[in-house]
Amino acid sequence: MRRVYMDANATTPLLPEVVEAMRPYWTEHFGNASSIHQHGQQARTAVDRGRETMARFFNCHDAEVVFNSGGTEGDNTAIFGLLHPGDHFITTSIEHSAILEAAKRMARFGVETTFVAPQSSGLIDPNDILRAIRPETRLISVMLANNETGVLQPVEEIGKIAAATGAFFHIDAVQGAGKIEFDVRRFGCHLCSISAHKMHGPKGIGAMFVRKGTPVDPLLVGGSHERRQRAGTENVPSIVGLAKAAELAMHSLDDGTIYRLAQMRDRLEAGILELAGTGVNGVAYPFDCHPERAKRVEGPASSLSDDKPVPRAANTTNIWFDNLEGEALVIALDMKGVSVSGGSACHSGATEPSHVLMAMGLDKNRARASLRFSLLKTVTDDDIDHVLQVVPTAVEHLRALSPVAAGTLG
Amino acid sequence: MTEPTTIAVAMSGGVDSSAVAAMLAREGAQVVGLTLQLWDQTRMAGKHGIPEAPKAGRCCSLDDVYDARRVAEHLGIPYYVVNQQERFERDVVRPFVDEYLHGRTPIPCSLCNNHLKFDALLQTARSIGAGRIATGHYAINEFDPTRDNGRGRWILKRPADRAKDQTYFLFGLTQEQLARTLFPLGRLTKPEVRTVARERGLALAEKPDSQEICFIPGGDYKQFLTAYLEEQGQQVPETAGELVASNGEVIGRHEGISSFTVGQRKGLGVSSPTPLYVLSIHPDSHRVTVGGDAELATCTLHARRLNWISIPALTGPMRVQIKIRHRHEPAWATLEPVNPAAATASGEEEVQATFDEPQRAVTPGQSAVFYDGDEVVGGGWII
Repeated sequence: MRRVYMDANATTPLLPEVVEAMRPYWTEHFGNASSIHQHGQQARTAVDRGRETMARFFNCHDAEVVFNSGGTEGDNTAIFGLLHPGDHFITTSIEHSAILEAAKRMARFGVETTFVAPQSSGLIDPNDILRAIRPETRLISVMLANNETGVLQPVEEIGKIAAATGAFFHIDAVQGAGKIEFDVRRFGCHLCSISAHKMHGPKGIGAMFVRKGTPVDPLLVGGSHERRQRAGTENVPSIVGLAKAAELAMHSLDDGTIYRLAQMRDRLEAGILELAGTGVNGVAYPFDCHPERAKRVEGPASSLSDDKPVPRAANTTNIWFDNLEGEALVIALDMKGVSVSGGSACHSGATEPSHVLMAMGLDKNRARASLRFSLLKTVTDDDIDHVLQVVPTAVEHLRALSPVAAGTLG
Repeated sequence: MTEPTTIAVAMSGGVDSSAVAAMLAREGAQVVGLTLQLWDQTRMAGKHGIPEAPKAGRCCSLDDVYDARRVAEHLGIPYYVVNQQERFERDVVRPFVDEYLHGRTPIPCSLCNNHLKFDALLQTARSIGAGRIATGHYAINEFDPTRDNGRGRWILKRPADRAKDQTYFLFGLTQEQLARTLFPLGRLTKPEVRTVARERGLALAEKPDSQEICFIPGGDYKQFLTAYLEEQGQQVPETAGELVASNGEVIGRHEGISSFTVGQRKGLGVSSPTPLYVLSIHPDSHRVTVGGDAELATCTLHARRLNWISIPALTGPMRVQIKIRHRHEPAWATLEPVNPAAATASGEEEVQATFDEPQRAVTPGQSAVFYDGDEVVGGGWII
């Protein structure tokens, strides 16, 4: 059976170049980057080169790059490393659980958190951040791109608010990295977390930009790795893989890949919206009616222009389907060879309605009946055609089913 | 969509449903495994004496989902966990709590079977292109084309392994549900099922059977009632009242009717030369009537919310054997409709059963299931 993967916001496959770049570092150049000898020096060189690449990616100094295990560690480090009892923390209700759960834990240590809600479009209003500021506000954390909707948040404005009020600013850029132009100086943040596996790098590796002088306590202590900011032997093959993935991602921002990706996404979206009783969750303006939709969709031109706020990451669309169960649709599509996601998986693997969509004000039924399509950069026209064949059939089948007679009990 | 021959197996992570998946996969059927996520076992943990860590071997514990997933991997079948927590709470947990608060003794498993294991599961199965479901229940269903004047009916029968008979909990199945369900274990014994599991290399072949109510960790329903109501921002209603003898004499007080069930002997808080049992619970006056063993026995029961399986409807007196709780030897009785004209008008059918021999502790809230030999005629809820 033909399988099409449209769950890039969950994870992505390694590009062949990334696998190739990593290959020598498993068995041949296996050294410990802290060792003095030649084996160690080879590893050290690889880590240093990787750090340089990441510094270009972030647009920062080499010394401001800290390698870690990925997005969750970066998010946790920002919160646990900067906040102390009595501090106030501002974040949003649409963040990743690595932020939300860390904030909940800090409540036990006397840190109060304000969770700013998004507008119904999925955008965070910077004024709401400003209104939440208190004298004791020490940290603001806002994501760059939302994982469920792809909506890009106004981090530059929030960075200005942070600068004006003296709060530290962390960006969870896990979902934005590799999809839009990236510049931590322009964002105005002190900390910025990314993860390799969302941009065709390996799992279990990430990096954090830590602006010079930001007093963030390390999460892990031990050896003096990463300028004492993150103990633990450097994961050399993965650092090499991350750097290669970042390099390819930077290239893809210039070579028209993102433009093409946005066009593919728009075609997919317009195709699905031809079905009655569907709509998009999370754009900067309200619309429900599909014929209009194709014309009003934000063009790739605006997606890439520097002077306009960009509404959504080019690869993501989140669509609601009336009169069906999203969970059943995800399973039905999987059995037809299409991998997409709906809501978030709870510990058992069952689906919970997305907290992001709920925060945007969707009712539970609509949140439950929403699916996220997130495209790989390698998506083809054939993939889109295939999905546009499978989805309408599956949706119509589900809608045609009348519930089984409920029996007589209760 | 997927071939209509696809069968969805309800997999709990236990031996029985795992064996079903293995048997169907071996027969070459297109099988997809589904686990219903019904209850978050950590939800009440640590509150009002409920254990922190739920034991394995109960529905929806992470260990059981893990076991089910491993079996599916082992058999090479697709597997999904389906979230039915809201429906379970609405259709099973909430009614369970309400029944206790009204002085009745509920059995959640029948509600769960009807609403979740069959209704919701069949719906999910059909959505994903599976026309039928299979479960690990010990029961037999078959179509008899001669019934109902040749229109035919689906029949539910007791299984080969009488000790594992689960028909008592399945009396609410509709004809459509029976038509779309496979019970592959109906003609096997439990030891044979374990052998199937062992032969198919399932690591959980020796896993012990689960017994308790799946959403009550530790099995103490009073703790659960308190913790659940507190979570819902409600108090356990004040139902303390008098303990009275069957002649009306007040012999003591009790702290709440939800602590009692008909036939209960322990925890009455009064001393007596002969053992005393709860005879009846009166939710309005909060009175609990107690008496001797002999007084527990009654010759009649009334039931409502009925479902008929082997017959389309009860139109006149019928000789049946009746089971009034899970571990009860079916007793002969004559079943007849109560005031059928009024029932037709109100839509609320009621039956009366008159037992040949008096039966001990007929308990409101439990179900009465009517048998004709091995066949389930139907059943209802004791009022």
